[in-house]
Amino acid sequence: MLILLPILVPLLTAIVLVGCWTRPSVQRIIALGSSCVQLAVAALLLHQTSTGRIVTIAIGAWPPPFGIVLVADILSALMITVTGVVSVAVMVYSMSGIDANREAHGYYPLLSTLLTGVNGAFLTADIFNLYVWFELLLISSFVLTALGGGKGQLEGAVKYVTLNLIASVVFLTATGVLYGIAGTLSMGDLAARIPAIQHREILGMVAVLYLVAFGIKAAMFPLYMWLPASYHTLPAPVGALFSGLLTKVGVYAFYRMFTLVFPAMDFGMTTLILVISGFTMLVGVLGAAVQYEFRRLLSFHIVSQIGYLLFALGVGTPLALAGGIFYTIHNIIAKANLYLIAGVAARLGGSYDIRKLGGLFSAAPWLGILFLVPALSLAGVPPLSGFWAKLAVIRAGLEREHYLLGAVALITSLLTLFSMSKVWSEVFWKQRDSNPETDADPAQRPIAYQVAPIALLAAITLTLGLFAEPLFALVSDAARQLLDPSAYVDAVLRRAP
Amino acid sequence: MKSLIVQTTIRALLPLVLLFSIFLLVRGHNDPGGGFVGGLAASAAITLYAFTFGVEQTRSLLHVRPFILAATGLAIATLSGVFAVPVGLPFLTGLWTPENTPVVGAIGTPLLFDAGVYCAVLGVVLTIVFELMEE
Repeated sequence: MLILLPILVPLLTAIVLVGCWTRPSVQRIIALGSSCVQLAVAALLLHQTSTGRIVTIAIGAWPPPFGIVLVADILSALMITVTGVVSVAVMVYSMSGIDANREAHGYYPLLSTLLTGVNGAFLTADIFNLYVWFELLLISSFVLTALGGGKGQLEGAVKYVTLNLIASVVFLTATGVLYGIAGTLSMGDLAARIPAIQHREILGMVAVLYLVAFGIKAAMFPLYMWLPASYHTLPAPVGALFSGLLTKVGVYAFYRMFTLVFPAMDFGMTTLILVISGFTMLVGVLGAAVQYEFRRLLSFHIVSQIGYLLFALGVGTPLALAGGIFYTIHNIIAKANLYLIAGVAARLGGSYDIRKLGGLFSAAPWLGILFLVPALSLAGVPPLSGFWAKLAVIRAGLEREHYLLGAVALITSLLTLFSMSKVWSEVFWKQRDSNPETDADPAQRPIAYQVAPIALLAAITLTLGLFAEPLFALVSDAARQLLDPSAYVDAVLRRAP
Repeated sequence: MKSLIVQTTIRALLPLVLLFSIFLLVRGHNDPGGGFVGGLAASAAITLYAFTFGVEQTRSLLHVRPFILAATGLAIATLSGVFAVPVGLPFLTGLWTPENTPVVGAIGTPLLFDAGVYCAVLGVVLTIVFELMEE
């Protein structure tokens, strides 16, 4: 039953929130409470799975492989827990960081359905069900993108939804073909059956289709264009949630599918994934170098970071996958935090354009310190969490003699550092020419609600960096589970109805 | 649409199509039909009514706001799955009455689930249709 709660809690919350549609102040409290419950449930689930036990439930008591099974191994539980952390941070931030217009038009119910979709995608062991969760989170995120309805925002939303719908069509096509040749959609059953299937060329094609579908969702090169075209129109808390979680759902799908159902080595995909990962890292960070819109700059960095995660998947050794999972967790926290900081900087300085901002370090030194933690962590400066993540991934790559990609990864880190120091000098360091035209809105709610989650996430980044050992042990176990999926397959298939 | 023919026809059709949608809903468990298509049929009927008599009158006919209807439907569907949990069965397991009810047959939580889907589909379609008509 516990494994069901990460899906049920946000779903029921969304229903309750629609019930109190006209009272945003009540909605805020309920949404925050629900996020805290989700985090607690996720932590319990992580505790249960951390010993290597795999928790399952067959929905509706339909025996596998016919029914849908929800499965939580360490990777799923970790992802759900991070989702809980980010959602709590976003809900606290939204206490004062979101405008009344959005709150009146279903902001909180949409966040809840989005979280339902994210958690569902992390837990399901059925490919078609995964598609449904992807759709749920796509629709919720589309409405969240369009909500508030400025012209630029609608333009971003249309690009976002068009490219993501193409991904959905590709996903669905691949699933249809896969069902046609394998006769099952349960991931565990597929993993058991695929080695015996004769039509290797069709399977290879299906694997590439999944690569494209998840690639669009995860914003990998050359399919990432929708992301920088839409994320800069989002308000800070929505941007934080999207940048932290949505692309990582795609990455999760990569990790799950290409270890369990299509082990990358068996399908000759390793080289393809590695080449793509190199381009993704480099193109993303180069794109960020010319940007002066805070959120747009960050959204190019999302793309760049996805490259590291694919690099880890392509290398595919236990150390690489452990590093990749560690990287995902570090990146979700750091990236969400940077978006929240961009929101506070815009509130204090009146703009998202970093050329117009300036002098924030004398106005709000604490914000500068809080910015440095995730920014330096993203660039991989020791002893922050990003350093250990990059160390593990790059070292695993070098062990497998991917020297060129290792060099690309290091150059990308350096360019990330350059990009972050650009933000630092523009936003915090340089003298401001004009006085900030901040609208001192008396109705604006206290800024403490916005600073608290930033401090929380920065503290987590610091903790993950200074005490990386326990988490690294956990992600190593998760990587072992991924590389030896027999326990997962048994858990999916052998469950008595 | 101020056509007398259409108005008279809709008045007669509305209850018929609504009845048919209920039939589709109940039939759905073993035969083609179910909450989704039933909800679509019902929303088609009400949409026709809205085309003929306007959104205002249709809203007053419905009494509830469509998106509240959608949320209620979602709640019913979700709760139909929760019934199995106290009995110790997984979420969404179908529970059935021991005896067959005349005419309808066995009644169980799947019917409740379908009724929830029916309301949710009806609510969502009407929300979209009303919004578009009022633009």
